[in-house]
Amino acid sequence: MKKRNPVIKVKGFAVEQSVKLSEKTMLKTVQANNFLTKIADVVIFIIRLTRETFSRDFEFKEFLRQCFQIGYKSLALISVTGAIMGLVLTIQSRPVLVDFGAVSMLPGMVAISLIREMGPVITALICAGKIGSGMGAELGSMKVTEQIEAMEVSSTNPMRFLVVTRVLAATIMIPLLILYADAFGILGSWAGANIRGDVSFVLFFSQAFGHVHFMDLFPAVIKSFFFGAAIGLVGCYKGYNAGRGTESVGKAANSAVVLASLLVIIIDVVAVQITDMLQ
Amino acid sequence: MIATQTLRTTQAESLVDKPVIEISGLKKSFGQQEVLINISLKLMNGENLVVLGKSGSGKSVLIKCIVGLLHADGGTINVFEKDLNTLNSNEFNELRKKIGFLFQSGALYDSMTVKQNLEFPLHRIKTELTDKEVQEKIAEVLENVGLADALHKMPSQLSGGMRKRISLARTIVVDPMIMLYDEPTTGLDPVTSDEISSLINDVQKKYKTSSVIITHDIKCALNTANRIIMLRDGEVYMEGNIENFEKTTDPFIQSFFQ
Repeated sequence: MKKRNPVIKVKGFAVEQSVKLSEKTMLKTVQANNFLTKIADVVIFIIRLTRETFSRDFEFKEFLRQCFQIGYKSLALISVTGAIMGLVLTIQSRPVLVDFGAVSMLPGMVAISLIREMGPVITALICAGKIGSGMGAELGSMKVTEQIEAMEVSSTNPMRFLVVTRVLAATIMIPLLILYADAFGILGSWAGANIRGDVSFVLFFSQAFGHVHFMDLFPAVIKSFFFGAAIGLVGCYKGYNAGRGTESVGKAANSAVVLASLLVIIIDVVAVQITDMLQ
Repeated sequence: MIATQTLRTTQAESLVDKPVIEISGLKKSFGQQEVLINISLKLMNGENLVVLGKSGSGKSVLIKCIVGLLHADGGTINVFEKDLNTLNSNEFNELRKKIGFLFQSGALYDSMTVKQNLEFPLHRIKTELTDKEVQEKIAEVLENVGLADALHKMPSQLSGGMRKRISLARTIVVDPMIMLYDEPTTGLDPVTSDEISSLINDVQKKYKTSSVIITHDIKCALNTANRIIMLRDGEVYMEGNIENFEKTTDPFIQSFFQ
């Protein structure tokens, strides 16, 4: 058997390794390129959205329709969720507070928990599921069935008609839904407190709001506007930039929920840090 | 309404024997794939120009470039003697108001009734019309497409042929001077296809439109064409009237006409 020259062997190995390395480099370059392109797309989308928001010919009728769709059509879900949130929180906390002899603190504790954190975050996550996926799927299917292009050839700016109205409606209606959920949460808490005890409606509410200060409510309201904007923006971006096939509609809806939920959590962390610094 | 019709007739008369669309050296690629390599064509005033070609030959891309839904990589498109490359967005929007586009899928707005679908372009393009005139116009176009009773139906309640007719009604309701039909008979049964073809001819006669009809349905092409252009591999393969196409011995053309 002919023995292979060790120099040639090493050379072959080096060539093989350098080919592998260049393939990996190419792959990573393509991935980085795709990532940066996506970021550029998002930035361009936000710039266009901002420009169209402050342009003339605001689609007020469509904006009101979206407010109705996002706000009124979510009331039942938000009422049930809010009430259950307050009820469960009360039932879970009551035994611990009884042990410490602090059961009178129950309404205040529940109110502060709901207003500062649980109400905004849980309601925003539910809205990310309901509203974000709805926007992603609706705009995605409009893209697939050429409805967005049809709008464009009808001399209508689809960005202004579809995206601006939805993002603004979500930014305004989601904070209102959060306040509504807070109110139902406290109502649910009162119901929970009455399962084992006996407390009047007026006494419970006066105790609850007696512990709530301006700085409990204000940061929560401010962050809920950001939650609303993030949910609207992500839902519209994913739907508006959906691919061509019907499969992309499902993908747009799904990724809208995932990304909007993630953004809600991230915004919450940032908001908590800022609030903590200010207090 | 009479004033609009008079203006329209005057505009149409001023364009006699002039091309309403003139394309030269049009190029369009998607990544490495060249879809349109070098397309040059003219659409004369009042004629129905059928663009034939196999699926993927760039027919739809061609008319999407005309209406600005896609941007050409090279070449010029003149519509009513205006070069699209030189127009700003306002001028382009004004020009678009004179062009009607019938989408392959119909593209009716799912969340709106037929009436709202027809009102949508009217309220945006014909802003001078009163509410009464808008309703009259809607009734007129629905009558013309034979679906006067579909006014309050949702698109989901309509059959494929009905959706195409309503979509055509939505396109003609704003009195376009040029009509672009993207595969108007695709997915329809032969009887409904024939009905859509005669509607295209009715629109040409009644509204004095000039039309580009993209199709691979040879029956539709024969029913509607004044002139035919065949595309192959992103270029114009043959151009002529129906007789020229029927007499040719070219095997590629023959495969379409047999």
